[in-house]
Amino acid sequence: MNPDFFTTARPISRLIEELNKLPGIGPKTAQRLAYHLLQAPPDRSRDLADAVLGIKENLRLCTVCLNITDTDPCGICADETRDRTKVCVVEEPIDIIPLERTRKFRGLYHVLHGVISPSDGIKPENLRIRDLLVRLGSAAVTEVILATNPNVEGEVTSMYIQRLISPLGIRVTRLARGLPFGGDLEYADDVTLSRALEGRQEMY
Amino acid sequence: MTSSRVYQTAGIIIKRHKFGEADRLLTLFTTDCGKVRAIAKGAMRPGSKLGGHVELLTHSQMMLARGRNLDIITQAQAIDNFLPIRDSLELMSCGFYLSELVDAFTEENVEDRELFDLFLNTLLELAEAKDGERILRYFELRLLSHLGYRPQLQKCANCSKLLLPEVNYFSPAQGGVLCRNCGYPDMGARTISINALKVLRFWLRCDFATASRVKLSTELTGEIKGLMRENIRYILEKQLKSIEWMDTLANGNVTLEAPPS
Repeated sequence: MNPDFFTTARPISRLIEELNKLPGIGPKTAQRLAYHLLQAPPDRSRDLADAVLGIKENLRLCTVCLNITDTDPCGICADETRDRTKVCVVEEPIDIIPLERTRKFRGLYHVLHGVISPSDGIKPENLRIRDLLVRLGSAAVTEVILATNPNVEGEVTSMYIQRLISPLGIRVTRLARGLPFGGDLEYADDVTLSRALEGRQEMY
Repeated sequence: MTSSRVYQTAGIIIKRHKFGEADRLLTLFTTDCGKVRAIAKGAMRPGSKLGGHVELLTHSQMMLARGRNLDIITQAQAIDNFLPIRDSLELMSCGFYLSELVDAFTEENVEDRELFDLFLNTLLELAEAKDGERILRYFELRLLSHLGYRPQLQKCANCSKLLLPEVNYFSPAQGGVLCRNCGYPDMGARTISINALKVLRFWLRCDFATASRVKLSTELTGEIKGLMRENIRYILEKQLKSIEWMDTLANGNVTLEAPPS
């Protein structure tokens, strides 16, 4: 509890307490923000409050790709120009952002909301894998691109999903694993380097 | 354990968690200091110098700097990352189990070179194996035996009579096999076949190469698996999390017909 709890007016100390719970905001920053809001015009506070409430009230998961969205289906799934035969499987909604930034992928996504992690007890049932299978069963998808993270949990999840999808006769691909741009051969590990060698490409 | 500010050791990463934005909190099982927890700064960024060298189940040579609470990994060079294990869903699952097992049975900062060697050899064997089950069983038995939980397999754990070549009882609570007379009253005891007993006895006194030459039927494999699993659960007083995953994998896959979660 804030030490100034009893000397500060209740509404202010309550705001300070709440702000203090946010990541990266310590007691001093919380105080400064609270007094700043106190002096700001009332509209400012109302906008902020609205925005905070808005993320809870208006957001839900897209019924197609399970991305976080305010419209259903989400912007990507509703876009008629996108390639509906390709589905890119990602771990978290946040993983879509970098993939979209590349502008190389014009298909749809599927968000798993996690990754299989045997040592943390996270099982396939805890993820949205079944939703993916249902989706593949009903839509005309010809390729599934597995874009889980290149670490042990990501690989295990991808291998598992590949095993589930392969009987459906759909092409399953995995993002290439190799050297990161701006990296250094000297510090590359053997797994990355051997994958990079296996996946080497003709220069032209 | 040395007292200098930085020290070098080789170790296998047995656990890792996200820590802050891009750091990882690792649990290492090292040759010189036993189980150690350390931070790998920036290990989750692409292009990190540590990255793939501190991935789960990597045998790495590392330089660590002592921190106030946790040590910090300053350099790491993978010695072996057991690529064949990573490429197989089944073997990797065995790997998850092995690392969880080692983590559960060890205390921090207690050097145990013998256990390290056993663990490393097991991973090397696993990397060349097609089926990991037998390797897991052998490892479990050697691990228990090394840590002082060696099951009594020659004499009845209750009345000390020599065991007869017949179906006996295995009791985790009594720490071994019970003869026919003593087996009944112990509620936790389960039957153990003559062959299962023979295999366990044999494994206790042979090395990896010899152990893997033993041919086991499916039933026998299942029986030994059940015995060891129960025994370990009794000792740890909990079920390891990765067991559930191995069972999911072994029992076939999630189907569309299965009830929704």
